[in-house]
Amino acid sequence: MQKLTEIRWHARAGQGAVTASRLVAETAMDDGMYMQAMPEYGAERQGAPLKAYTRISPDPIEIHNNILHPSIVIVLDDTLLPDIDVCEGITEDGLLLVNTRMDADEVREVAINVPASIDVKTVDASNIAVNTIGRDIPNTPIAGALAKVTDVINVDSLKKYVEKSFSEKFSEKIVAGNLASIDRAYEEVH
Amino acid sequence: MSWDISGYEKWTWDEIPLGAMTLEGGTGVEHKTGDWRVKRPVWDKEKCKNCLFCWVYCPDNCCEAKDETMVGIDYEHCKGCGVCAQVCPFDAIHMMGEKDARAEEEGEH
Amino acid sequence: MAENNIKVMAASGDQMVAEAFRQANPDVLPVYPITPQTIIVEEFDRFVAEGRIHTEFVPVESEHSAMAAAIGASAAGARTITATASQGLAYMWEELYVAAGMRLPIVMANANRALSAPINIHGDHSDIMGCRDSGWIMLFAENAQEAYDDTLISFRVAEHPDVMLPVATTLDGFITSHALDRAELMDDEVVAKFVGEYKPERSLLDTDDPVSYGMFANLGNFYMENKLAQRKAMDASMKVLQEVGDEWEQISGRPFEMVKTFGMEDAERVIVVIGSSIGNARHVARILRERGEKVGVVGLRVFRPFPAEQLVNALKGAKAVAILDRTESFGGEGGPLWAETVAALTKAGVDVPCRNYIYGLGGADVTVELLEGIYEDLKELPAQAAKHEIPAVAYRGNRS
Repeated sequence: MQKLTEIRWHARAGQGAVTASRLVAETAMDDGMYMQAMPEYGAERQGAPLKAYTRISPDPIEIHNNILHPSIVIVLDDTLLPDIDVCEGITEDGLLLVNTRMDADEVREVAINVPASIDVKTVDASNIAVNTIGRDIPNTPIAGALAKVTDVINVDSLKKYVEKSFSEKFSEKIVAGNLASIDRAYEEVH
Repeated sequence: MSWDISGYEKWTWDEIPLGAMTLEGGTGVEHKTGDWRVKRPVWDKEKCKNCLFCWVYCPDNCCEAKDETMVGIDYEHCKGCGVCAQVCPFDAIHMMGEKDARAEEEGEH
Repeated sequence: MAENNIKVMAASGDQMVAEAFRQANPDVLPVYPITPQTIIVEEFDRFVAEGRIHTEFVPVESEHSAMAAAIGASAAGARTITATASQGLAYMWEELYVAAGMRLPIVMANANRALSAPINIHGDHSDIMGCRDSGWIMLFAENAQEAYDDTLISFRVAEHPDVMLPVATTLDGFITSHALDRAELMDDEVVAKFVGEYKPERSLLDTDDPVSYGMFANLGNFYMENKLAQRKAMDASMKVLQEVGDEWEQISGRPFEMVKTFGMEDAERVIVVIGSSIGNARHVARILRERGEKVGVVGLRVFRPFPAEQLVNALKGAKAVAILDRTESFGGEGGPLWAETVAALTKAGVDVPCRNYIYGLGGADVTVELLEGIYEDLKELPAQAAKHEIPAVAYRGNRS
């Protein structure tokens, strides 16, 4: 990775997008990168569509604004696809990563406007989360999928970071479940 | 006073204390405010029951008490606001024109 | 520097201010929470609850009371801090002047935020710029790291015997206060040694050497003299700020520049700006300079005292200058940064055309396109100035 990478997250409030935006940023920071992570602050109510942002760069990040031209867009809830133009402003060689049972072609069909030039990847992160962690919190597995389909973060660094930071707050079982979810999403994203 | 303020009228910005502090406690004693008075409270020792309401209420500590007993009024500092006369439940303090009071005082001497 | 134990943090600006407050080991914190300052208070309260620090944490009933309590504590000789934002700062108004006039070295963090109405919780400089004449030293952090560094530097400057003034150390609401950023936390002991202990010359609670505060200084009594003393202290703070900043650089490796420049070795078109948008402007200038455009950025980290000399020196070679204000001065010729910059240039006899823009109010996004547009505008400015047709103050980033 040469320069600034900008990621935009789309989710509904309560799905862990803000945590995910930080998880990816902090993993990169542990690998010596500079980072930023912030949600778009507004009225906070469960289920409301929200955006969050992650920036990662080998150099200090100077710009502080909303990400309008992301190279990576991650969608945590596929019910947003027909309602919100998640690909708005995405770079020509961008990547759309969606938590869904659909495949890439179906996503292109359902979503408002997916440019032909971008890559689309999908993973059923919710199902993985239910099976490994025991709850539908797709943010950890989706980060595992991101590590597979881009070089923004490294999967080993992600697992190391999750193990370190989650151990402070959660039981061994939950930590193990999260680590397993990363492995499965890493294998299953396509 | 231990704080030397001689010539203070001519002090410049770098001579006045930081933040206009007063570098001594209790300087109010030196500042005689008794001459602001138009009416003065006159205390009647016979009617007084030493409830000390006036002592509590006086904003300038001019109702003087000793050993829980009212002893008099500090006319050097009393501004004549009259709150002591207002709160006295026994009509032991009444307000009197300063001019009349002084005339009466002179007559006594 | 190498022997210092530095911790690289993933933290928000508010968290970094809370860490700096903790490391400065204050005696008293009277405070009332308000977005986007709340994280500072929450974090600090956690430090107190965990017993990591023994500051007297006073949860008061309003910001007016917070500043009143801070004034009392500081007059009593305590190292005193507080934090606020927006309506909270506005509610402190009359007390701000008291703190400065009594020469109390209170350090206050402000998460710069818009003022009502309409209600808006996001970042701009309406709150803090409104109190620019209250006698407080005012620092503007560009990012979480500067918010941390500025807070630590503030204690040394405020408590310096040549200064003795309150300091507002500010960071842009949400943009800097809430976004996760990378910042270095210095070792507690290293910071403790740098900040030092506050030894007030006088204390209101010293019964052996009693003093009283709040003198009546009516007509002819010292009011003018006191105000002049405040101005002299503010003037003196310029040198102290730089000295303390340089000392911090020796420890942290990060320079403290009151006026930060980018591309000014040859820049013709220049943006003058303050706060987090300095970074945005530098980001855009870097892109344009890669295309060969002679553009630059002059960013201010200090607004009070106003670093006029450094600013004028930075702008001497410019051909067209855009001054960006993130606040309004309704009915005025322009915003506060505009007014100060133009005055400084005029006084120094530097004749460069300047144009004022109002941007980013209520957290309106400061985009690459917005800043590119301003650099584009500046191409016309010398010709407009020659015809005495410099456009009036203009809004950017709004629907027009």
